[in-house]
Amino acid sequence: MFNADIVIGQPGQFPKDRMDEHVEYKWPAAGLTEIPDWVYTSPAIYAREVERIFHGRTWNFVALEAEIPNAGDFKRSFVGPTPVVVSRDTDGSVHVFENRCSHRGVEFCRKQRGNATELVCPYHNWSYDLKGNLQGIPFKRGIKGVGGGMPKDFRNEEHNPRKLRVAILHGVVFASFKEDVEPLEDYLTPEILKDFEVVFKGRKLKVLGFYRNELPGNWKMYHENLKDPYHATLLHSFLVSFGLLVAGSKNAMIACPVGRHGTMAAAKPDDVASVVDESSKAQMRAYRDDFKLADPRFLDYVREFDSPWSVTMQTIWPNLIVQRELNTLGIRHIVPNGPHSMIMLWTMFGYEGDTEDMQAHRLRQGNLMGPSGFLGLEDNEAIKFMQEGVRRSTADRGILKLGGTTEGTTASLIDESAIRAMYHHYRDIMEL
Amino acid sequence: MYPGFELTSVDVQQARALRFEIEEFHTAYAHALDSGQLQQWPEFFTDDAVYRITARENADEGLPVGLVYADSKAMIRDRAFAIEHTQMFAPRYLQHFVTNVCVVAVEGETIRARANYQLLQTLVDGPTTLHQAGRYFDVFVRVNGRLLLKNRQCVYDTLLIANDLVYPV
Ligand code: FES
Ligand SMILES: [Fe+2]
Repeated sequence: MFNADIVIGQPGQFPKDRMDEHVEYKWPAAGLTEIPDWVYTSPAIYAREVERIFHGRTWNFVALEAEIPNAGDFKRSFVGPTPVVVSRDTDGSVHVFENRCSHRGVEFCRKQRGNATELVCPYHNWSYDLKGNLQGIPFKRGIKGVGGGMPKDFRNEEHNPRKLRVAILHGVVFASFKEDVEPLEDYLTPEILKDFEVVFKGRKLKVLGFYRNELPGNWKMYHENLKDPYHATLLHSFLVSFGLLVAGSKNAMIACPVGRHGTMAAAKPDDVASVVDESSKAQMRAYRDDFKLADPRFLDYVREFDSPWSVTMQTIWPNLIVQRELNTLGIRHIVPNGPHSMIMLWTMFGYEGDTEDMQAHRLRQGNLMGPSGFLGLEDNEAIKFMQEGVRRSTADRGILKLGGTTEGTTASLIDESAIRAMYHHYRDIMEL
Repeated sequence: MYPGFELTSVDVQQARALRFEIEEFHTAYAHALDSGQLQQWPEFFTDDAVYRITARENADEGLPVGLVYADSKAMIRDRAFAIEHTQMFAPRYLQHFVTNVCVVAVEGETIRARANYQLLQTLVDGPTTLHQAGRYFDVFVRVNGRLLLKNRQCVYDTLLIANDLVYPV
């Protein structure tokens, strides 16, 4: 069911949905240990997020270079909720510009991906080159002897679609609406770059395919979910039942110094039973030493990375998730869609030169993630439930006290420091 | 069109008989899923079966990823087990409607067939929605007189999934 199909308690029916710019948004006095519900429900807060975060001084994921390897390749993408085109020009350079015709505003690029020498708006055939420059205007000078046409002083170059700044790192393309955004590598920070490079540096990606889904929850909940190692052993019975992650295995929740990016990291234990003590077993409802997979190949981990971690899930603010779960790799592009909804665009990949067996192994492990993933669908369900809860209820805040009041990196799973760090940054940017 | 599923010349009488048999297969398969008897689901497949659910954009571009991807009956069993015993999701009912069955090729005991499917989903606090429109591209083999799936590619047109897909198609 899409967010638009909601019958009982539609969005907009509750006081918290209707708070607007005239309300003075006051963060609870308790600070970061309490998150007010209106960050997830208010249209005015959402509008401020688009302006200050997605259109602000951030680097937004738009594409993998592997999606547009050749001259003339293009892709429809998004920066925040704003549609953009990502294209590769004949000189190899990559360009990002708004998918809006300068003439009457048509979102002119309709194909998800393709190859072209120019992009033509279907309405009146104005054309754009691969750098996003307005090129041709049919009948610009009118019809001989009849007249019409554009005024003499109309200059195409003054009417290009809005172009974004572009930065590419290890085959990952980012864009920004702000000229004065800091360099991409500084933005990502060494703490985050380390595990980002494990996936992307020096290896050519091979795209294995795509999924997309609507998730009826606020976009920040997805970041929180992957900065919340506490839920992993409690919500995801599969992880625990089959020993992929248990309380007591080696983990870290790494936050960048600013607090906005994170890496949830885990090392799969070779022998699960040996790391789980009796009291942890009792608290993890899902722990069962009698569950066995009929096809155990599924959980094999091929140690192909120079990293102590077998799993790293990176949240790169504001719209990118990098998934390395054993040998299944992918990115998730978050497109915010109003306070109550987000669109998730998934691109799964392996590497050029993967053997047939290795590719099949990645595809098998892909069952863990995505909108039908053993883990993936549970997060989607939980986030949907959370949005319904914060939207429909009378209480007005959630509790974020695991681990006390600390912010940033932790080794314990039972801790919410990384979420507090994210909201510290969020409050600064949003002036809340 | 999914490669390998172009219509070949099949004897009309034989195609009719097979279509009837395949329709019975779909009915039994849908019944097992729609009535919640997930343990029965793997029994519609051969031991070496491949089962994949993928978006039409992947099928059209020849991309191998699966929303669900299994290359053994054991993996299909593991998924049935996970849904029944480990997964958390809101309660729901599903109904499969399978139509337009077309036998495209017969080679000995191997039969290739296409069909269209609709998957209706009902969450208990919402309307019944058309969750997926898709097509099956099936390879059946006859084992001890009974048809079994050796390969089932479920290709859905509904690219933007409403949150998730819990049960198989
Ligand atoms: S709106 Fe694009 S050419 Fe007129
Ligand atoms: Fe999760």
